[in-house]
Parts: sequence; structure tokens; C-alpha cells
Amino acid sequence: MKGIIIFEDGTVFKGKGFGYSGTRVGELVFNTAMTGYQKTLTDPSYSEQLITMTYPILGNYGINETDYESDRIHAMGVIANDVCFEPSNWKSVSSIDAWLKEQGVPGVYNVDTREITRKLRNEGNQKCLISNEKISLAEMKTILAKETLRGDQMKYAGTKEIVKWEKEDNKYNVAVLDFGVKRSILNELFNRGCNLTIYPYATKARIILAEKPDGIFLTNGPGDPAEATEAVKIIEKLITNSNYGPNQMPIFGICMGHQLIALAQGGSTYKLKYGHRGCNHGVFDKNNGRSSITSQNHGYAVKAESIVLKGMEVSHLNLNDGTVEGMQHLSKPVFSVQFHPESNPGPNDTGYLFDKFIDLMEGGRL
Amino acid sequence: MARDFTLNKVLIIGSGPIIIGQAAEFDYAGTQACKAITEEGIETILINSNPATIMTDQGIADKVYLEPITEEAIIKILEKEKPEGVLAGFGGQTGLNLAMSLDEKGIFEKYNCKLLGVNKESIHKAEDREAFKELMMNIGEPIPPSTIATSLEECRQFVKEIGYPVIIRPAYTLGGTGGGIANNDEELEHFCKMGIEKSAIGQILIEKSVAGWKEVEYEVIRDSKDNCIIICSMENLDPVGVHTGDSIVVAPTQTLNDSQYQMLRDSSLKIIRHLEIEGGCNVQFALNPDKDEYIVIEVNPRVSRSSALASKAAGYPIAKIAAKIAIGYTLDELKNYVTEGSSACFEPALDYCVVKFPKWPFDKFRTASRKLGTQMKATGEIMAIDRNFESALLKAIDSLEIEGAGLRTPYVSALDDNKLFEKMLRCDDERLFCIAELFRRGLKTVDEIYESTKIDRWFLNKIKGLILMEKALMTEEITADLIREAEMRGFTDEEILHLTGMKREVLQDIRLYHEIYPVYKIVDTCAGEFEAKTPYYYQSFGGENESHRSPNEKILVVGSGPIRIGQGIEFDYCCVQGVWALKELGYESIIINNNPETVSTDFDTSDKLYFEPLHIDDVMNVIKQERPEGVILQFGGQTSLNLASKLAERSIRILGTQNKYIDLAEDREKFSDLLDLLDIATPKGCAVRTETEAFEAVERLGYYPLMVRPSFVIGGRAMQVVYSDDELRKYLKEAVKMSHEHPVLIDKYVEGKEIEVDAIADGENVLIPGIMEHVERTGVHSGDSCTVYPPYTLPQEVMDELVANTKRIAKALHIVGLVNIQYAWDGNKVYVIEVNPRASRTVPILSKVTKVPMVKIAVAVMTGSKLADMEWGTGLYKKQDYYAVKIPVFSDAKLTDVDVAVGPEMKSTGEVLGIDRNLDMAVYKGFLGAGNRIPTEGGVFVALRDHDKTSESAEIIKAYANLGFKIYASPNTGNYLKTQDIDLEILEYPMVKEEIGQAIQILINPPKAINLIGEDTFPIRRAAIERGFPVLTCMDTARIFTKAIKLKQDGAEIDVNLL
Repeated sequence: MKGIIIFEDGTVFKGKGFGYSGTRVGELVFNTAMTGYQKTLTDPSYSEQLITMTYPILGNYGINETDYESDRIHAMGVIANDVCFEPSNWKSVSSIDAWLKEQGVPGVYNVDTREITRKLRNEGNQKCLISNEKISLAEMKTILAKETLRGDQMKYAGTKEIVKWEKEDNKYNVAVLDFGVKRSILNELFNRGCNLTIYPYATKARIILAEKPDGIFLTNGPGDPAEATEAVKIIEKLITNSNYGPNQMPIFGICMGHQLIALAQGGSTYKLKYGHRGCNHGVFDKNNGRSSITSQNHGYAVKAESIVLKGMEVSHLNLNDGTVEGMQHLSKPVFSVQFHPESNPGPNDTGYLFDKFIDLMEGGRL
Repeated sequence: MARDFTLNKVLIIGSGPIIIGQAAEFDYAGTQACKAITEEGIETILINSNPATIMTDQGIADKVYLEPITEEAIIKILEKEKPEGVLAGFGGQTGLNLAMSLDEKGIFEKYNCKLLGVNKESIHKAEDREAFKELMMNIGEPIPPSTIATSLEECRQFVKEIGYPVIIRPAYTLGGTGGGIANNDEELEHFCKMGIEKSAIGQILIEKSVAGWKEVEYEVIRDSKDNCIIICSMENLDPVGVHTGDSIVVAPTQTLNDSQYQMLRDSSLKIIRHLEIEGGCNVQFALNPDKDEYIVIEVNPRVSRSSALASKAAGYPIAKIAAKIAIGYTLDELKNYVTEGSSACFEPALDYCVVKFPKWPFDKFRTASRKLGTQMKATGEIMAIDRNFESALLKAIDSLEIEGAGLRTPYVSALDDNKLFEKMLRCDDERLFCIAELFRRGLKTVDEIYESTKIDRWFLNKIKGLILMEKALMTEEITADLIREAEMRGFTDEEILHLTGMKREVLQDIRLYHEIYPVYKIVDTCAGEFEAKTPYYYQSFGGENESHRSPNEKILVVGSGPIRIGQGIEFDYCCVQGVWALKELGYESIIINNNPETVSTDFDTSDKLYFEPLHIDDVMNVIKQERPEGVILQFGGQTSLNLASKLAERSIRILGTQNKYIDLAEDREKFSDLLDLLDIATPKGCAVRTETEAFEAVERLGYYPLMVRPSFVIGGRAMQVVYSDDELRKYLKEAVKMSHEHPVLIDKYVEGKEIEVDAIADGENVLIPGIMEHVERTGVHSGDSCTVYPPYTLPQEVMDELVANTKRIAKALHIVGLVNIQYAWDGNKVYVIEVNPRASRTVPILSKVTKVPMVKIAVAVMTGSKLADMEWGTGLYKKQDYYAVKIPVFSDAKLTDVDVAVGPEMKSTGEVLGIDRNLDMAVYKGFLGAGNRIPTEGGVFVALRDHDKTSESAEIIKAYANLGFKIYASPNTGNYLKTQDIDLEILEYPMVKEEIGQAIQILINPPKAINLIGEDTFPIRRAAIERGFPVLTCMDTARIFTKAIKLKQDGAEIDVNLL
């Protein structure tokens, strides 16, 4: 089976196909993590994206029953240098090839993923087509030209109805605004004693507040934060209601949640040339003066200068490019990070941020 | 936190001579540390006794003490230099142990010197078995349950609690003798009984065995702010049970999923945090292949062989960063040296697969057991990089310079089915080849091999895939896709031609038309996320070429490959010096090499680094890519020199001595004719191809003793002195594979002084920086003899003749660049024994002791300069006013079934230098530096062979008696020595072993035959080595050893001096 990747500028990469046989158009991004492809592919933040895995052998340890960040693959397609069809790991129940077939996701391999990565690095992420079915190049080009990329995926990536996660001894009630949440985030909160009420996109602030949550969590999710206008307004209201004092209701945002807090405070976001996707970026935390290795997946970032006069301060910085990795409110229990403290995939070094959220619900201060 | 500004001067402790388990990686680490600290404006003082290293060269540290690494020497340096800090984490176990001992004695405190980067507490916790166990239990990290037992009953009780398998280790035995893994009651009884018996104190350690679990390593760095990062994870192809130094290792881990990877990462970070290590550290794990369960095997609280490998594998200079941390920096203050833009506080993302393969010395130590276990046996290693595992593995095998091609070795291919499987089960150095052959013959399935070896199925499937590719090439119709796939998976052209039977032109056409050609990718630490500034490349098939040919004039230096006996770190020294010299002359310097331990493969040594096998295909690919003005082959030892004819055939310009003269020097017959023409004596000899020819030669040469050896070898492999027809016949039959292409050389054996001359020639003139005289007479390999600069017994006329002959030989061979000539002087005539038209083991030594930068001058003449126009003059360079004595160092304790006796075959793995104005003191320093125990009282046991029973030997024995030693001797030797008026006690052989370490402190025993396991004295020599007592197997060595004893008895203090 042949596999083909076409860029908008006409560049074509020819390789072999694997997984589901099909044709997809999406924003092509690259991910530099060396492990965790199953978690990555099921992360809803990758909705409608095509992912190039820079680690050259995909599928070594197969697919298992636990490494799901949601109930399905959200990425539209996968590109790899080499694919392992005979995985080996005691947890493995399937191969990447079989799994992609079952999930309806096409893959292309035997292409120079390093060249693709360098192209994206130099030119920025862009619209691309991948195909591993029998259609002509001309047809592919027509499809590529016809499709447009959108940025409002966060409106659809999350739950469609209110979902509750409850356990008897759990102490806190946390409202989760779902923009396409990763299961590990919910696990981190739930295992720390939080009962969760997960709300669909654009659930009104008053509905949320009526439940008198102990804290509010804004999730990760795909798309351009600027498109989430409804959510921004709701978050603005929630922030207004979040104050230090008796029964304080802290707000914690991750990734999309972080960006939306910035917008709600009157700040702005911008698209990074090729984003941060991987498990190896160092982030400096001004609060403790230390640096940690973080799991990253974002294409947009918060403009530092846009929030500093809006009652927020930058709390975390990316050590590589100095971009904003976290911020906190100067007078309210509101904080957020751009990276993924829930890891999965990636290092577990920043789980303390969830503890901080719990501490705020206990009446602590930032 | 920025750097500690109270530091103006820092002492760095090196690791000393190269031994198995502590090799070139510490030259690399130490060199990086020196550079990292010097660039901060801090003065660096270095102590290291190893002269073959780059770190001891001028220009690395500000001041170098080439002195024995002993407490005494360090105290002297502290007194003299008053450094504010000492770095001890870069000199291996040697440096660390010494620093710990000095610290314990309060020495550093006394001299107001801070121990940088390591603290006593953490070292103790990491290295003391009990303290480590306690710490792991306190922090909840799993370690294997274990107990100490003195009876079988206790062992049974323990097994009842934890189950089989268990590993049994006797306490206080050397080399782990008497231990083993028990899987059932029967084996338990066997190993426990044996262990208790073998242990000096009747005690054994019994531990739950995790043999067969995956072995995984993490390289971690931590700074003073508690920031921690993982540089690289590595997975051993060989599961737990084989020492990681003897394992095939891949980076990053391949078969761990993210949760498993993070589980071990979390554990690594937790451990380094609790140990409070500031700098580099290595954590080894065993991971259960059947569930998410692990145990911590070991922690190395310092830079190590693994960290050198990880640095090269990930492109992250661990030692450099660790040195910066030691002087106060934190990770987030440092930049990534590869990208120059991003931060050093990150974790490298690899977008390639790395395979490390060990290089074992079994070709030299033919009697050594090849079985791999918990004691490391490899002398060196190579690394290969590609975008898939299969190709990285095949490249690694190509880099080993072993017989065979790809996954085939002639020995394994010739085994019958049963033997093949048995050999695989034995787990020796050829296990991988056995597995491949079992697949090839269709005898075993992946699951079956997994059951017997526990090598993860992932690796086995890949190996099987390679065999399927072999089959496809042999049987399927050849298509461009098949060729492309084969090239991509690492098959060399040679292999493809061999398997398909196609013609080279056809293959070339297919490749040309279908655009199947190699490209070069960059090792950039970040999988392409950021632009890399470092020119560190590996070859891959297909896709974009990231190496761009510059318009500069370029020269390619071919490296020396893995460290092995006979071709050690000295050649890496020459390559590095060569590269630097080229840069100074304005050339773009390019290096190709495959050894991850060394300085030459550091990404900032040359202008461009190609990390590739030194196979002709790979070298040609780099040449095609770069189109250099010329290629330098004379620095990389025999490895690079062996490429000369192949490159010459392809019309590639070789700089320096031309191929036809290299060939002339190496062809014994032609060379002998040349010497005849020059009227220079050489031991008469000839090359023989059959046994009949051999015995004709014996007659012609005037009978025994004769020196026999195969042609074209390094390090005197399979070389021997034979004294009779029987011995010769045996040699021809057993020791060598004689053939028409590979004749055996037979030379008259000249007994006398052996002399080593290294020179640089430019075609007209010759510069001889210095001459070295061997202490041991001819018959002992030059690499294994003690050697003295300048000559201390040679008369002037001999010196004159050596100089004159060197000039004439260099001229006749049109030598341009370096040449090494070995001479013998039998008291009346000077003979030429051997000419090596390349760098030699002694080049770094002479460069250092004479301060003549030999490699730099060689590069200058190779690129057209003339000696007459340089400041060093011609002829013999002026003699220095001190002596330098090279003492060889052996890794005897590591290879338990190898004879320690010196002979024509090289055995040493490293060397040290003792330097002093006084010769005896230089000898003393040499023996101290080599780590030899120098007894000052007690007894000496003497057993001589017949032709050593001379008055000369008697004089030497008398010297020991005069030093107060009681003399013991074997019956025969005793009877002879009594006739020479020596007071002694006769000791029967069976008695001797017990007395070693009791009545006997020194063994003087030149053996009748080397490596003759059945011989009486072999076990005695082994016993003495294993108990750490000196074994002198040559009377000349025994003579100079008395000088060291005398000085020690007199309580001589050593002086530490800068060169």
C-alpha cells in the first residue's frame, strides 16, 4: 500500500501506507516524544490534526487497554519513519497498524519524518493531506484545496452532556469546563478527592455556580482559543466570582483552559510557528525558583505583555523560547499553566500543581 | 545560583591507566571537565598518570602533573598549588575512592579545598551495600530481597520465603568465583555449598535473582537547586545477567511503554534527589518483562562509561554540564551546547536509534572463557546510529572489525545444529550470531529463543527480519524497492552483492537510477525541533541530506575504532591532535570514527564528525559527500592503515606515506629485500604458506629459537617464540589459520635489547623526538614492556646507528609523517625488527616528555611543510634532563583464566608514566602509578626456566636477598641458585599457592610456555595476581623492581613536578 503526504505548497512525500485506508486533510504538526503514542493519539487536543512522530520507530510496545486519554483516536492521521508490526510488551493487546485500521485512522510511513519536521520548523505548521488509498494525485490536490482548517474544535471535542464522577469519600466538588479533556487530568483531580461535574461547552456560568462548586477546572482542548468566544465570557464571570476569603472558589486552567483565562482577563493569544509538542521542555517556575521537565501540546500561546496589566502575572516560563507557560492572578485564587502537569505521555514532575489547586480549595493562597 | 566565585584554581583527578571497566571514557569526561572549567576563567590543575590521554596534553588543563594518582602525590599538589576546589567525579572509581579516602582523613579541610560535585554522604549511600539498601527501603524503592548466610539451612529458609531463582555470591572471593544462579533445590545445594567453601570467611550472599528481566539504565543530572533531568534511557538487549559493559545496548529504550518509562524515570529522579548528587549519575534497573514491577540494581554516583555513551547517543555533553554544576551553576542557567539557542535544562529527544556493541579481547586471550556474566570482559565498545534498529545493529557489527559480514561469522556458520543451540545457551560473545544462524536454518522460533534467552521478542523479531531480508535477497526477484529496503536496513553493498550474486555495476546502476543513496542526518538533541549548530552526523538511506559541503579545503582523518588490546586510546590521541593541527593550519577537519568513549568523537573536537563504521563503503560515502583534499590514515592505528590499499585503488589521495610504501613496509619479504639493499640488518625471516615451506625455512634460518606470527596483525596476535620442531608444528596447526593469502612469518629470534624509535619524516629529512629503550629484552611485546626514555644503557655508537638507520629507512620508504621503528641490539649488531608507517603507542608519550608536538609536525609535513623550515630541527632531538619510564598495566584480575606472563603477544590494556630526574625514582613512580603493590619485606618465590638459569639471574635474586627478602625456590631452580651461593628454601609447587600473601610476597617466574593451563606454575601466577601480589615474569622486570623496593624501603618521598 502506498502512502502519500501533500503539502499546500505542492511538496509531496511518497512512502508506504499503514492503518486504515483513507485520505485526510488536517493541520500537520510534529511531536517529539519518544514514548506515549497511544496517549498522544487519543488526546482530544489533537482533533483534526495530522501528527508526525519524530521518534523513528512507531508501535514498538503495541496498544494496550489502559493508555487511553479519551475513548478514541482524535488525531486524523499519523506519519512515521518506520512502523513496528510485531510489538512486544506484556500489556500489548494489539498493534498500531491494527488499531488504526479499527479506529479508521490512516497512516503513512517510510517517509523522511525528519525532513518533514524540519520543513514544519522552518515554515510553520500547515494544512496537509495524507492518503494511503488508491486515488490519483490530482484528486488528492483537489481535496486538499477544498478543505479548510477551522479553529473551533474545542466546541465539539468535549462532553455533550453533564457527566459526573463521584466517589463517596471525595471531599471537594469541582466543576470541569470541558474543551476536550484528557482522562488523566480527571484522574489527577478525582484521585485527590475531587468529585467532578463535567460540563459541555458553553454551559452558562449561573448553572455552574448554582452547584456551588469548591473549585473550577478549565481543561485542555483543541483549536484556536480566540474562537471560543462563549467560553471566554463564561470564564470572565467565573473569575469575577472567584475571590479569596471564606468558601473561596479557585480556578485552575490547563492548556486551552490557560489560554481562555488569559482571554477572559482581556489578554491575547497568538499562534506559535510550530507549537510545542513533546515531553522534554524545561519550564521555570517563578514561585519556587526551580525548573521542571514538562509534557507539552499546544499550538497557541499567551502573549506575555497582554496580561501583565490585566491583573495577572507570568508564573512559568519556557526555558527554550521564553514563552508564557503559566500565570496567576494577583488578587484572586486563579492560576493556569500552558503545559500538562497530568503528563501522559511525559514526565510526572509537575503534579504538585494539582496539589496547589486542592490547597486553594482548602483556603490557601497563591 | 551562578558559579562559585571563590574558586580560582581547581584540581581535577584523572582515572589513571586504562583497565577493563575503566577506559577511554574517563579521558573524554576529564577533558570535557577541564575545558568546561577553564572556559570559566578558573585555573585547572590535573593529575593523571596516563600519558596516552588527551587530557594530559598541553592546552587542556593549565597545569598537568603526570604523576602517580596516590594520596601522597595529591597532598603534595595541594601543598604546592593550593587549589580552592577538587573535582573527583571525573576520574572513575579511582578518582572517587582516592578523594573519599583523603576526605575521611580531613586532608581537603586542612588545605581549605572544597570537594566539588560529590559529597561523602551520598557516595557512601550509593556505594556501600548496606547503606544503599537502607536508603532504598527508606524511600520505598524496590531492591531484591537478600540475606547473608553461612549454612545451607539458612539458604533454604530464605528460598522458602522468596522463591526461585536466587543468586549466590560468596563473600570475599575475587572475580566472583564460586557463585551462581540456582533455579531449584539441587542447584541451590550445589552453589551454596560451593560458595561457602570458596568464601574466605565461609559466608555467602543470597539474593532473589532477576536474571532474565529487562535491564534498563537512566542517565540523570541534578543541580544544587534540585532540578533533575534524564539525559538518556538505555535498554540492554541482553537481559539482566550479563554485565552492562558486555551487553549490546540500545538507546532510547524500545520496548517500554510510556507508563513503564515514566515509572523508572520517577524512580531515577527520586533516587538522585535522596542521594543529593550534584552532577551526573547512572541508575540501573531490572524490569519484569511480565508486569510493571522493577528493582533498582545499582547507582553510579558519578560520570561513567554509560554516561559517555549517553552523551554521544543523545548529543548531550554530560561531563561538561556536570563540571559546570560542580562549580555552582544550575541547569536552567546553562545552554544546550548543540543548538546554542535552547536551554540545557531539557531532556534530549532522539529521532534515531543507537546501538552500542562491546569489543572483547578474546582474539588475544584465546584461553579466556568467552562466557559473559557479571564480570565485565570487554576492552572497548563501538556505537552506531541510524533511523531504524536493524541498520544500527548491522552498522555496529561492521564497526567491530571482526571476521564475517553482517549477522554471519565463519565460526558460527560452521557449527552443526546441536552445537549451535548449545553455544547460544552458553551466552558468550557470539550469542547474537548464533541466534541469527538458528533463525537462518529455521531451527528455532522467536518464542523458543525468547524462552531460552529472555531477550525481548522485539529484538528477536528484528533479527529475524534481517534474516528474512537475507533470504529475500537470495531468492526473490531483484527490484529497486528490495535494494532500497536492504540498504535502509543496513546491508552493505558487499553483503547485497554477496547475497544476490549480482554484479557491482548492476547494483550501482540500480542505485543511481532509482536514487538509492545515503544521506547524512544531524544528531541535534531535539529531534529537529530547533536548529542545531553542531556538525555531528550519521548516515541514513533516503530523504534529505543535512550535511552540506563547504567551499573550504578539507581533510578527512580516519579514526581507530574501538579500544582493544594493541590499539588503544593512544590512537585516539593522535586523531584528536591531528584534527586540531589541521584546524590550526586552516583546513576544515573532518573525522570519521565509531568509538563513543573517546575525545575524537566529541562533537566539538573536529569541524565535522561522522559517527560511522570504518568500513570502506562508509568511508567512501563520507569522501563522496565531502570531497576532501586528502585523507589521513596514519593516526588511526592499523584500522585506518588497512584502508590504504582500498582507498588507493579508488584513486583517493592519501596524505603522508603512500600506499605502495605502506605496503612495502608491511610486506615482510619485500621489506627484507629493501633492508638488504640498504645493508641494514634484520632478523632473517621469511613468509611461509605451507608446513613444508615452514620446515625448509627453519633450515635456511639456522634453526631455533624462532619467532613465528601471522602476517598483517596488530598487537602481536598469535605471536610466539618456538624452540623446537614440535612447537613449530603445534603452532602452525593450532594457533593460526595459514593460507595462501595469509602466510605465516618465521623470523630468527634475536635476543637482546629492544629499542623503539618514533620519527617524523618529510621525504627528505627526519626528526627523531626521542628514543626509548625497553627494560625487557626482545621477546616481550613492546606494549607490555617497561620502557625508558631516554635510553639508559645504550652506547653512543648504537645511538648513532639507530639515528642513521632510521633516516635511511624513512627515506627509502618515502615516509611522510610518522613512522615507528623497533630495533634490537644483541650487543654487537643493530637489527630492525619492525617498521610501522603510522602513529604508534609511544607517540603521545614522546610528545609529552620531549614537548615535540609530533602529530602536529606530522600534519604539517603531510600538508607540504618541510622539517628544515620548522623550529624543531632534524635528526635526534635534544635529550631532556629527566627520565620517563612507561610501565604497562594489565587487566589481569578481570579475566580469570588468562595467563599473566608477558611474551610476544600483547596483553596490557593501559600504561602509566613515571617521570623523574633520577631513573630509580622514575621507575618507582611508574610502579606506584601502575597500582602495583611494592612489598618491602617478606619472601620471594623463584621458578626459572632453563635458559634463565644464568649468573645474571642469580645476581638479580641476590639483590632481593640483599634487600632483606627470604628466597624460596622450586626444586630445580633452587638447586641451580644454590650453586650460585644463594641462601634459600625449596618449596614444592603445591605448597606455593598457600604461601602467597603469607610467606611469599613476590613471585619471580618466567614461564616455560605462556597460557599453558596445565603447567605447574600457571595457577600460582593466577593466585598471586588475584591476591594482589606482584608477579614478575621476565628477569629484566625483576631487576628494575628492586629499584622501586629499595626506594620504598628507604621511605623515599616522591616529588610532584610539572612537565
